Amino acid sequence: MFLNVPQDEKRRKKWFQAVLRDNPKTKSNFFCCEDHFDFECSGRRKNPEEEGVAAPTEEGEASETVQERSGRCVRKPSLAEEYKQAYPEFLPDPNPKWRNSLREKLERMDMLKRRNQIDIPEFYVGSILAVTISDPHAQGKTNRFVGICIERKGCGLRAEFTLRNVVDHHGVEVRYELYDPTIQQIQVLRLEKRLDNKLFYLRDALPEYSTFPFDMEPEILPEGAPIPVNPIKVQLKKRPWLERWERQELQGVYKISKMINKKQKKNRILRREPWVKYDLMKEYRLTAGVIGWPAARRARAQYLYVKCSKAHERETEFKFVTCPNTLGSVGHAVRRAVA
Amino acid sequence: MFKTILHKIHPVSQTARTIHTTSCLNEVRLLCRLRVVDNSEIGKQAMAEGKPPRIICVYNKQRVGYIGDRVLVAIKGQKKKGILVGLKQTQNTKVPKFDSNNVALIDDSGAPLGTRIHAPIPTILRTILKERTHTKGADYTKLLSIATKFV
Repeated sequence: MFLNVPQDEKRRKKWFQAVLRDNPKTKSNFFCCEDHFDFECSGRRKNPEEEGVAAPTEEGEASETVQERSGRCVRKPSLAEEYKQAYPEFLPDPNPKWRNSLREKLERMDMLKRRNQIDIPEFYVGSILAVTISDPHAQGKTNRFVGICIERKGCGLRAEFTLRNVVDHHGVEVRYELYDPTIQQIQVLRLEKRLDNKLFYLRDALPEYSTFPFDMEPEILPEGAPIPVNPIKVQLKKRPWLERWERQELQGVYKISKMINKKQKKNRILRREPWVKYDLMKEYRLTAGVIGWPAARRARAQYLYVKCSKAHERETEFKFVTCPNTLGSVGHAVRRAVA
Repeated sequence: MFKTILHKIHPVSQTARTIHTTSCLNEVRLLCRLRVVDNSEIGKQAMAEGKPPRIICVYNKQRVGYIGDRVLVAIKGQKKKGILVGLKQTQNTKVPKFDSNNVALIDDSGAPLGTRIHAPIPTILRTILKERTHTKGADYTKLLSIATKFV
């Protein structure tokens, strides 16, 4: 959460004094990160004039000195890692082709302005949300939909999420933009995570796994509790499926290997990213991390790598030489070595 | 011999080349099957027999059915008109996407054949059907009054 530095000249001056910064003469918007405030010691909103609150526009040495002086705020270890998960749309686009520093800056400002207007809570794939939008087509001009979040995607203002529910035995999915101005309220009814990053397999699962009543009561987690991970394993319907779930290394599916035949099992092993064995950069990627990769994705890469190497040890009879079009220069080297 | 060596080197590519792997668009086109969601007699029978109706015409210029479009379906050896009330295809934001392609049957004047629709209906259909209703022509808004749930 970010707090707006007040526009009023006197108060603004005091805020800037508190952070040992020069007051810029502009009327532009400044924001201050939440962890410079100690909400616990003096209620929800505390007056920066009275307390020694650091309100810097960027994090810097100024905040630390002020906190030392006030002696109240004990700064927690950086929350950046946590916020990465909670607000993934603030992260830059993983594809460097689509990045533009100016646009990103403008978008971030717009996002913060929108967050001042409505409360966009922290939620994850697997959480159950209720979204109220103003809908010109609906009779009461508002429309409320409850469902489980099966996907979050996009960066910046284009961040989207999809809700799924089963209404009257019909599966319904609605995609919303997170910063859509028509959204009136986003309410988290149950804050939890699932074992996978995308829950598209709920489309092929039995309907009870994605059925949620519209009059569900919000469940409140105790303060400071970690986000619970729901370890539920979903029972899929019989084949045919919409996608080849068996190839996606899904954690939240119940005994998928019992639902596929011999040929599919074989192909599943063959498709398990067999080039990982020859990947010269994997050590680097796993230790240093790719810039812009979210932690979840990095964890998945690591998981896949471990899985693959285990599979290699088990199934040595398969020759793992990959498809030429999926490989880069490493692949060529490998093929040459094989020849 | 060359083929066998190639197969040994690229077991994956050999099997993969023959399979079409692009994900489907789920478009409502000619001869695609639909699910009747109203309680009209003919619709119920067709669904119970496991012979869901097929599209034989989509009344628009693209010939691909979108939400609220009028279609002509072949159902139990008869030709009936219907309105698409829910699609499997990817929709715009805030417009619901369904797990099946749903249709509600109507007659030529736009009056529904059934008395209830047992499926959630997208609210955007209200505006779409109102726009397509002509004075003295077909009145599609009757369909909205038999809907039980809007999403």
